[in-house]
Amino acid sequence: MKMSYFPGCTLKNKAKDLDEYARKSAEVLGITLEEIENWQCCGGVFTTSKDEIATKLSSVRALMDAKSKEQPLVSVCSACHNVIKQTNHAMRNDSEFADKVNRYMSENEPYNGETEVLHYLEMLRDKVGFDSLKEKVVNPLKGKKIGAYYGCLLLRPNSVMAMDDPENPTIMEELIKAIGATPVVYGMRNECCGGYVSVESPELAKKKSDAVVANAKAQGADMIITACPLCRYNLIKNGADIPVVYFTELLAQALGVKEAENE
Amino acid sequence: MNKKDLLREEIIRRSGVNPKKCMKCGKCSGTCPAYEEMEFHPHQFASMIDSGDIEPLIASESVYKCLSCFACVERCPRGVEPAKLIEAVRLSVIREKGANRMTANDVPAMVDEETPQQLLVSAFRKYTK
Ligand code: SF4
Ligand code: SF4
Repeated sequence: MKMSYFPGCTLKNKAKDLDEYARKSAEVLGITLEEIENWQCCGGVFTTSKDEIATKLSSVRALMDAKSKEQPLVSVCSACHNVIKQTNHAMRNDSEFADKVNRYMSENEPYNGETEVLHYLEMLRDKVGFDSLKEKVVNPLKGKKIGAYYGCLLLRPNSVMAMDDPENPTIMEELIKAIGATPVVYGMRNECCGGYVSVESPELAKKKSDAVVANAKAQGADMIITACPLCRYNLIKNGADIPVVYFTELLAQALGVKEAENE
Repeated sequence: MNKKDLLREEIIRRSGVNPKKCMKCGKCSGTCPAYEEMEFHPHQFASMIDSGDIEPLIASESVYKCLSCFACVERCPRGVEPAKLIEAVRLSVIREKGANRMTANDVPAMVDEETPQQLLVSAFRKYTK
């Protein structure tokens, strides 16, 4: 199965691991991720204001590209996914916005949010299935107690993102189980780490990320996984004393494609 | 329409939020992770914008303290979406000429070896027009 893929700027630079492991693991699971040609940065934040048009065009271009290939559009970075999904929702539901965008793009066929937008985790759950994933695991991560860190971007606003129960998500815990490890559920997993203000208010960012790590540890986690490069950066920078890794790294390890690449 | 009403209209139209729906329960501020850092809290954005008392919000650092975490949006029992109001006010500030909170010259001091691109593009999206 082929799907369109939007890596985003962080996965092409600081988070190369997130990208590589995601592609290789997808191959093992029977999905080829085809990178959108000439994709442009999503901008990192979806501006909710209705009079912001230009900042959303890069997402629209990627969505149109996927539509032309009749493929779903997959991304791995929480921020890219959030921006693209919210833009798609606006194209589908905000006719004034969509009209302005379509006039500007002046393509033959208007775009009205037809593309299916998937986070990689949703691709695993809904297209591959965690049961089939489990069958492909060659190196189960037995004995690891892993706290999934969702943060904000994957889940909110739920009226648009609709990935999971925003207050009691399970998608990453299911993944952790499928790769043979034990999920650790902790209250702070869907609270904000303060990543956006790590420059503006470093003390606030530290306070928030300390609270996340402390809570995960108190519930017994010896590792945290995330899909967000900024969360990972912020948690590590503020002194997390357990490893904080991308979920794709563990997935690649369990599927046996991580070692292969290091040889 | 006087200036005050115009500003109110502008914020409401831009955000798509109807602050009249707010029942002043304070749940948004109760869940807000930036609460202690904010001079004005999410529920105050709703009530002050509704009453047209917007100048103090414009002048406040609070618009930069919001983490855009959407917890207030998710947990508001009335679907008010306070984060959208805060963003609309922030845009009113940074869209003024010369009012950018951040410029490219600030970047070298912000980054270290590990800084993800995501942080920089997000900061520009939030603080710069
Ligand atoms: S949670 Fe909603 S209804 Fe309650 S004070 Fe905040 S905006 Fe108003
Ligand atoms: S989006 Fe802003 S105002 Fe709302 S809860 Fe998060 S930090 Fe507080």
